[in-house]
Amino acid sequence: MSGPALLSIEDVVVELPTPRGNLRAVDHVDLSMAAGQALGIVGESGCGKTMLSRAILQLLPKKARLSGRVMFDGQDLVRLNPEALRKLRARGIAVVFQDPMTSLNPVLTIGTQLIETLQEHLGLDAAAARRRSAELLAAVGIPAPGQRLDQYPHQLSGGMRQRVAIAIALCCEPKLLIADEPTTALDVTIQAQILDLLAREQRRRHMAMILITHDLGVVAGRTDEVAVMYAGRVVERAPTRNLFKHMQMPYTAALLAAIPKLDAAPHTPLAAIPGRPPDPTRPLKGCSFAPRCRHVGEQCLREKPALTPADNQGHCYACFHPLEIAAGVST
Amino acid sequence: MATLELELAEEIVASPARRTRRLGMLFWAAIGWTVFVVAVAILAPVLPLPSPTDMDMLERRAPISALHWLGTDALGRDELARVAYGARISLTVGLFAPVIGLTIGGALGMLAGYFRGRFESFVVGSMDVLLAFPPLILALAVTAYLGQSVLNLTCILGVLGIPAFMRVARASTLTLARREFVIAAEALGATHARILIRELLPNVALPLLAFFLLGVAVTIVVEGALSFLGLGVPPPISSWGSMIGEGRESLEVAPMLAFVPAIAMFLTVLSFNLVGDTLRALTDPRQGAL
Repeated sequence: MSGPALLSIEDVVVELPTPRGNLRAVDHVDLSMAAGQALGIVGESGCGKTMLSRAILQLLPKKARLSGRVMFDGQDLVRLNPEALRKLRARGIAVVFQDPMTSLNPVLTIGTQLIETLQEHLGLDAAAARRRSAELLAAVGIPAPGQRLDQYPHQLSGGMRQRVAIAIALCCEPKLLIADEPTTALDVTIQAQILDLLAREQRRRHMAMILITHDLGVVAGRTDEVAVMYAGRVVERAPTRNLFKHMQMPYTAALLAAIPKLDAAPHTPLAAIPGRPPDPTRPLKGCSFAPRCRHVGEQCLREKPALTPADNQGHCYACFHPLEIAAGVST
Repeated sequence: MATLELELAEEIVASPARRTRRLGMLFWAAIGWTVFVVAVAILAPVLPLPSPTDMDMLERRAPISALHWLGTDALGRDELARVAYGARISLTVGLFAPVIGLTIGGALGMLAGYFRGRFESFVVGSMDVLLAFPPLILALAVTAYLGQSVLNLTCILGVLGIPAFMRVARASTLTLARREFVIAAEALGATHARILIRELLPNVALPLLAFFLLGVAVTIVVEGALSFLGLGVPPPISSWGSMIGEGRESLEVAPMLAFVPAIAMFLTVLSFNLVGDTLRALTDPRQGAL
């Protein structure tokens, strides 16, 4: 990490009241990132990735309770008044969602959606906004952008729609882009294109990016740092290169092992992680991953491991029996 | 959280080719009839029609003739003129009452569906009260107090239509407000007013408009029923419903007196339904996606 933090999340807890009790979606998470940095957040479904991103945006469901601090560009978003927050959102943070069919308004043309956003936030006149929209569409790799402006979202393919969603997110030059599983709803052949587009725009605009995914393969090579989440907590955090070289947390290793390999023999069973994530309304006393962990020990069931640094390069993990110390374990 | 991640259902159906759709004879016939009725209603005072209220006691229940194209009624008034003037009343009430329902009900429904909470409970609760109230009693009470007039009739039918429009608007807003494009707009710094008007209204307008045309058809029938019961416009003004009611008395002698306005009403209601359905199917840009 270099320079002052653009975004720093301090001790954030998000709780959602449910009929079965309070659901702790995000459990004491600390993260920070500098301007221009790319952070990957990895974890399986329901581990709190999306809720964490909503907490950063201050767009949590109305009933959710949030505590902690979300410092963005020197301001605490949690305590900002709605009007200041609205102004800051427009120019500061943008989002790309998972499903481009639901993240674009189905009854407005792509042009309308882009042009209105530009007019609203940058104060451009109609002709200038239209020109700028076409440029943006061209920048995200859409052929014949002038014609596309007059089309509706359903007339475009999934990949095209996601490119449009990215163009809308980029249109106000945000300092931070949150991409929430941007390729999950897309065809495999398109996924790499979209991810590379995001990584390219991130570098070109020197914008910070949070890439949320369940696929460790997605963050490799496209992010500077990775945080692995499990049951609402960050269980391992490291610069991307270090993480893949010296994986410490058994959960991270299991997640990596669960990715299908191209060079594996046909009909090789996938190394699925046995069991299910713990019920978030009934928090465990010990490590949340203990019931599914192969290296579980006595201590894991009694105490929660804290996120502790492994080396001086910013590699942290929360585990009593990290892989490199538990001898003879390989993935 | 989880709900957002599961919304994969309507995905990846690209249909770039514009579908050319044949409208068919029935649609044009319906358009033709609607235009004809509206034109007659607007132009009735200018058209060379006999007065709809002048009585000719020597020509009571006259058959079709060159003088009276559709004959005369029990009081010797020209049937054609009465149907034409009746169209004015039926269409005025039929169009304006749903407009009241559409604006008030639509706005309440969208606000309730978007803001939720106590406001929603209040709106839904008061609409349930309105729905539970017998509509005929309300019509009776209002006409008894305020008198029979076209304005009062329109207002009663309009108010009675509010709950239905509110429900349609609220139902679509509820599902739409959870879509990610609303969160995306909010993340881009849009105000509530902007999200409601620019993002949600274009989506909600489609089902509301389709429902509006249905509402027109229903209101014409309801106005007919009220006038038939004598709660509608006061005589001697004619509306289709009151004409059917008056024709009922001489059904054995001159069945045409009830049938002519009934056929006019039937064709008009059918036309509005047909046009409404076709227009909705044609203008819905989501047809390929959903």
